[in-house]
Amino acid sequence: MTPEDRLDELEEALEEHLEEFTDCRRERARGELTLNVPRDQLIAVMKLLREKRTLAFEQCIDVCGVDYAAYGQSEWVTGMASNSGFGRAASRELPELGAQDRFAVVYHLLSITHNVRLRVKTFLDTDHPIVDSVVGVWASALWFEREAFDLFGIMFAGHPDLRRILTDYGFIGHPFRKDFPLIGQVEMRYDAEQRRVIYEPVSIEPRTLVPRVIREDSRYESGCKPAPAAGEAE
Amino acid sequence: MSPAVNPHPLPGRPSSRMAEIRNYTLNFGPQHPAAHGVLRLVLEMDGEVIERADPHVGLLHRGTEKLAESKPYNQSIGYMDRLDYVSMMCSEHGYVRAIEKLLGIEAPERAQYIRTMFDEITRILNHLMWLGTHALDVGAMTMFLYCFREREDLMDCYEAVSGARMHATYYRPGGVYRDLPEQMPRYEESQFGSSAEAKRRNATREGSLLDFIEDFVDRFPGLVDEYETLLTDNRIWKQRTVGIGVVTPERAMQLGFTGPMLRGSGIAWDLRKKQPYAAYDQVDFDIPIGTNGDCYDRYLVRVEEFRQSARIIKQCVQWLRANPGPVMIGDHKIAPPKRADMKDDMEALIHHFKLFTEGYCPPAGEVYAAVEAPKGEFGCYIVSDGANKPYRLKIRAPGFPHLAAMDEMARGHMLADVVAIIGTMDIVFGEIDR
Repeated sequence: MTPEDRLDELEEALEEHLEEFTDCRRERARGELTLNVPRDQLIAVMKLLREKRTLAFEQCIDVCGVDYAAYGQSEWVTGMASNSGFGRAASRELPELGAQDRFAVVYHLLSITHNVRLRVKTFLDTDHPIVDSVVGVWASALWFEREAFDLFGIMFAGHPDLRRILTDYGFIGHPFRKDFPLIGQVEMRYDAEQRRVIYEPVSIEPRTLVPRVIREDSRYESGCKPAPAAGEAE
Repeated sequence: MSPAVNPHPLPGRPSSRMAEIRNYTLNFGPQHPAAHGVLRLVLEMDGEVIERADPHVGLLHRGTEKLAESKPYNQSIGYMDRLDYVSMMCSEHGYVRAIEKLLGIEAPERAQYIRTMFDEITRILNHLMWLGTHALDVGAMTMFLYCFREREDLMDCYEAVSGARMHATYYRPGGVYRDLPEQMPRYEESQFGSSAEAKRRNATREGSLLDFIEDFVDRFPGLVDEYETLLTDNRIWKQRTVGIGVVTPERAMQLGFTGPMLRGSGIAWDLRKKQPYAAYDQVDFDIPIGTNGDCYDRYLVRVEEFRQSARIIKQCVQWLRANPGPVMIGDHKIAPPKRADMKDDMEALIHHFKLFTEGYCPPAGEVYAAVEAPKGEFGCYIVSDGANKPYRLKIRAPGFPHLAAMDEMARGHMLADVVAIIGTMDIVFGEIDR
């Protein structure tokens, strides 16, 4: 059985079990299946995914946050030629946050029984990014959710131990948000007079070495997509 | 003088009270040599029994994923080496495969075999490091020396092919950086070694890299036997590992275990077999699994993987000898043109310039690609918005969920067993803290 056949079977099983969850959308691209679930139905859907025998997603391989605040923004408009060149010290302003779904939590599930993967994606409210924790469904989510909380400030309701995990003790802010500068906000050094390590605002300037460019590549336009065209859902 | 009577009793603290204080918190690491890097463990103990283990990680957090968002795709390959710095090329493979999937390209067959071969060399490198340090933690010094002796040869393979002993940056989207060298680098006489010494060390280096690798994999199973005579039936080794850190198959899946940690619990799951990539569907090998899910079974699984890896490498060497060919795709929108072509071809010069100043723009979308790294499933999730840099890169490090299970595995064990459990998890902080 090829991976594509297994995905077909998975789609059939999803169709059958998720009948009542009409808001769930499926997307298939590049031989991968994504299931978009509204955040209030997440736990119910996840339990089904693990427990139904034809789905049997025993493993939660990964949970991660995504911040869509700067999606599709480039630092260099490629439409016209530039006489002045590109400013090296790029000021990164907070992108406008009009959209209601700035944050997403992405779960990567793996079924060992059926040898298929599924990506579950749920979008969160911009101002109150909170979603139910899946720790009760998969124990492996314990640290993955702590990480998403630490780096993106996404809250997981019902998580037993939602502490920071990767950043320093006493760290302020959520560093993987798009409005958090790459250079950070504070730097630390040993102060010989005070005889202790002190924090100061960063003294370096943000720089862009290679501008972020989005090119409309005709090779990837619909109609002449590369290799796995067979996996595209129409 | 009789030692039985303490001439200076502590005031107000009769000796019998010492026995009443049983619960205490112990800070283990981050500078403890058995903490394998920068693990800080806060252990709540009842006497010598662990009641709760709380690993504090992140001391090596460099923000690799955030850094990757600010660079063109190819410039982040080098970061992958520095994630799991004992299985460098496997991490590169995961990242490069995700980019290839996004671009919809496939590396040429010869590159696939080279990748397979170097993935297995990496697996041996990683397991040697694991075995040496794990045994050293448990008290067997000789193993460490034996393992590092063999690691040296494999590091030389890395160096011969990429110029760097560890951080190779050898895999590129569309293939590998260059073909295998025709001549293995040799030792020279120096003030540190006589000509006789150099000659002895060069005995296996007279031919090409493939000859050297073949000689290594012919020797290696005998060396694994050597390791096994030291450990497999060793009474102390067994006392320290049998029945320690037992994980049932159900819990192993719940906890997100992959790789030898999952196979040690008796689940036959290996991406190389189940979701084959590179040339793994062309080579013949077996997947060892354990039965009890304890530290000893995981040891046996990894030792058998030594032998299977050697078997895979041998097959790759034979194929690579017989099948010359390109090792990189010819699409210069993605792979740079040859330097010689740039001298007289304007097109090649432009391609080179665009590629190294701007990079390539893959289509918008998202992919997840995983490889069976020596420690488990190493996956990369890339979200692209069509720019020359990834919009979001998430690295799924195998050690992360393993270490998360520390509390569950260590609970009820003695303090000394914590060291054995850290050892069996094959922890490397480069990938856990990212």
